[in-house]
Amino acid sequence: MEYLIGIQGPDFVLVAADSVAASSIIKMKDDHDKMFKLSDNILLLCVGEAGDTVQFAEYIQKNVQLYKMRNGYELSPTAAANFTRKNLADYLRSRTPYHVNLLLAGYDQADGPALFYMDHLSALAKAPFAAHGYGAFLTLSILDRYYKPGGWTGEQDASLLSILNKRFILNLPSFNVRAIDKEGVHDLEKVFKHAYLRSRGDFRY
Amino acid sequence: PFLASTLYLCCILSCTAPDSVPAPDASGWSAGGPGGPDSAPGAGPDSAPGAVPLPFPTAHGTTTLGFLFQGGVLAAADTRSSCSGLVACPASRKVVPLHRHLLALGSGTSADIALWRRILARELRLYQLRHGRRLTTGGAAKLLALMLHPFKGTELAGPPGGGAGTSRGGARLYYVCSDGKRLRGELFSVGSGSPYAYSVLDEEVRWGLSVEQAARAGREAVYRASRRDAYSGNCVDVFLVTAVVYLIKHRENKP
Repeated sequence: MEYLIGIQGPDFVLVAADSVAASSIIKMKDDHDKMFKLSDNILLLCVGEAGDTVQFAEYIQKNVQLYKMRNGYELSPTAAANFTRKNLADYLRSRTPYHVNLLLAGYDQADGPALFYMDHLSALAKAPFAAHGYGAFLTLSILDRYYKPGGWTGEQDASLLSILNKRFILNLPSFNVRAIDKEGVHDLEKVFKHAYLRSRGDFRY
Repeated sequence: PFLASTLYLCCILSCTAPDSVPAPDASGWSAGGPGGPDSAPGAGPDSAPGAVPLPFPTAHGTTTLGFLFQGGVLAAADTRSSCSGLVACPASRKVVPLHRHLLALGSGTSADIALWRRILARELRLYQLRHGRRLTTGGAAKLLALMLHPFKGTELAGPPGGGAGTSRGGARLYYVCSDGKRLRGELFSVGSGSPYAYSVLDEEVRWGLSVEQAARAGREAVYRASRRDAYSGNCVDVFLVTAVVYLIKHRENKP
C-alpha cells in the first residue's frame, strides 16, 4: 500500500514517497511525510508497520545527529546506511524486531550521490534505483528498461508516477518528491493526482 | 481488522488569545472547570493485556471524532459502552478532559482507556512540575505513543491521551494508536463507527464554520455513525476547546 522510490542521477538522487497514512481501510492522512532528514545531505525514507517506522527512523535520525555533535563531522551516506542496517540486524532476532523497509539517499562530497535499499530482514544494497511496496512491481521494470547511469532526468519521474495512476488498483493520489544534490535536500513540487481538495477551499492546499 | 483496538488521542490548543474567550451563543454551552469529575468512562468489556488470550472477542464500539476549525477544536463522541452484544453503559464518557486545554477521546477497551488516561495525566503533571511549563500537545501525543510502544503486539487498546495546550502553537489535533502511530492532522475519527462519521464530516467540515455549525456537524456525524454502527449510540457528547478552556455542550439525549 505504501510506496517509496529512489533514482540516482549523475549528480543527484531523486526520491519520492506516497503521502498517505492509512489505518485499515481508512485514509487517515493524505499529506503525511515519510521522509526523515538524517543530515543536510541524507534522507531516510521509511515504510512498514505503523509504529515501528517512526520509532526506528527517529532513533536513527537522533543517533546520526548525536554522532555529529560528538565528533564534529557528519556521517557519510555509506556509514549512515551501514549503521542503520546494523541496528535492524541487531533487533531482527530479538523479541521486538522492527518491521520497516527503508531507502536511504544521500550525497557525499567525495563520493557523489548514493542510494541504498534496505528491507526488514536487514539486507543492504547500494543501487542506482530502488522501490518499495506494491508499486515497485509496476515501476521497477520501467526503470530497468529506460535507466541510463548518466541520463535520468526529472521528467521521466512523472512518467513513473503516471504508470502507477494507470495500472495500480490502489489509489495513491499524492507524493512527496525530494532531490538531494551537493547543495542539500530540495523539496520538489508535491505531485497531486487531482486538485479536488484544493477546489473545495481546503486550507491545507 | 477494523474492529481492532485503536487509540485516539486528541490534544487541543486553541489559537485565540487567552483574554478573548470566544463566546458562543449561550444555548447549551457550559464551561468545563479544571477540576474535572471522574474520568471513568463506565463499565466496559474486560481487557486482558499481555500474553493471556482474551476469553471472547471484544468489540470496540465507539464513534469519536475531532476536527479543527476557526473556533478551535470540536470533539464529539457517542456514549455507548458495549460488552459483546449488550449495552453495558448507555451514558459513558469517551471525551474526558485531561487539562483545561486538553481533551482525550478514547476508543477501545474502557479499562485500558481509563488506565492510560490516568498514566498520561500523571506524566503530564510530573513534566509540568519538573520543567515548569506544560508539555505541548504534540509532546503529550509523543509521550503517549512512546509509552505505548513497548506494549505493541499485545491486545491493548490504549486510551487516548490529551496533550497540554500552550498558547504558542494554536489548535492541535493528534491521533495516537496503540501500535505506535502518531499523526497530526485537522480531522480524525476513531472507532467502529468512524468510516460513517468520516464521510459525513468530509462533506460538512470547512475551516470557516461557526461554532454552532461545527457543533451541528460533529453531532450529525456521530449520530449518523450511531445509526449504522451497532456498537455506537445513545447520546452524543460535544466538546469545544479554545485557548482558555474547553466548553461542553449539554449532553443531548437523542433517541
